[in-house]
Amino acid sequence: MNDLRNPLQRALGLGSAKEGVNHWWRQRITALALFFLGLWFMALVLMLLHGDYTSVHATLADPINAVLMLVFIIALFWHMQLGLQVVIEDYVHTRWLGVVLQIAARFYAVLAALLAALAVLRIALGR
Amino acid sequence: MAEFSLPKNSKVQKGAHHPAPAGANNVRTFRIYRWTPDDGRNPRLDSFDLDVSNCPMVLDALLKIKNEIDATLTLRRSCREGICGSCAMNINGVNTLACTTGLDECEGDISIYPLPHMPVVKDLVPDLTHFYAQHAAVRPWLRTESAAPDRERLQSPEDRKQLDGLYECILCACCSTSCPSYWWNGDRYLGPAILLQAYRWIVDSRDEDTGTRLDELEDPFRLYRCHTIMNCTRTCPKGLNPALAIAEIKKLIVARRG
Repeated sequence: MNDLRNPLQRALGLGSAKEGVNHWWRQRITALALFFLGLWFMALVLMLLHGDYTSVHATLADPINAVLMLVFIIALFWHMQLGLQVVIEDYVHTRWLGVVLQIAARFYAVLAALLAALAVLRIALGR
Repeated sequence: MAEFSLPKNSKVQKGAHHPAPAGANNVRTFRIYRWTPDDGRNPRLDSFDLDVSNCPMVLDALLKIKNEIDATLTLRRSCREGICGSCAMNINGVNTLACTTGLDECEGDISIYPLPHMPVVKDLVPDLTHFYAQHAAVRPWLRTESAAPDRERLQSPEDRKQLDGLYECILCACCSTSCPSYWWNGDRYLGPAILLQAYRWIVDSRDEDTGTRLDELEDPFRLYRCHTIMNCTRTCPKGLNPALAIAEIKKLIVARRG
């Protein structure tokens, strides 16, 4: 606190980023989607609890189920990335570590979502 | 990383005990955080057994200790009626004003610490320099484009009602220092008190700089560090709702996008 700066200079910092509303809004939209898709997903899992491979395959191949599953996967990993971003911003105060974790979280979210989506598409498109 | 434990020289140690004089009745025990920058020692927790017969409020008890037992006990106080915000401190784990907290509201022994996660000047006096600078940073005064009128700028009773629940804020810092987001990122996050003050000018019907005010707040740290934890609203000694004011700012920023 003894570096001769005016406290106002410190409070103003680098100024406003003039963004943040997109992140906030997307977090809420994906949360809303996940609420309904989560209910649907749980119902689907319960329905298939005692199903064999063929019936699970057939259910997932159904276009409506396949599309809902794809949307579920996208919303899930998108929401996860948005949430992880906030957690890292909140708690990781070592600059380089924060940047590395932010990039890693994004790569992981995209790769995991694509992997899961590909699995659904292969079933849905009959391969 | 965020620090979850105290550095070595901040660990609180056991301090002196001041027993009540023989024959005292109505005795309550106060455990009070003590630290001075002058002796290079760790903070300590002094305990005082005090006859509280003439002490309706926590502040009365603190002043009795200062007057009769230990004159070096340091605290801020001024109005003793909850309007200046000077005596904000952490009493039995809750940030509140010592002057409006009755001893009958406190159960058991009474622990008193300075407002959490602020630099300490001495004993119960926190350094609020950055907090005040953040208040100055939102330029909390009427900003207009139109020419100054010959008389007061008028406001309808309905518009005036918008300021209820906002104008009462006394900037005691109880809310901001109860907020974990403010603890971890208080250098950049404005905190509930300052955001409530910012909203007070955003909803003022006479102010003409709303767009700039929202621009200046729209920032991942300044505004969006609020995760609706609600400690601010729970702890406000004036019964205000800073979390609601922050939510309203977020809604306005969404609303102006169309």
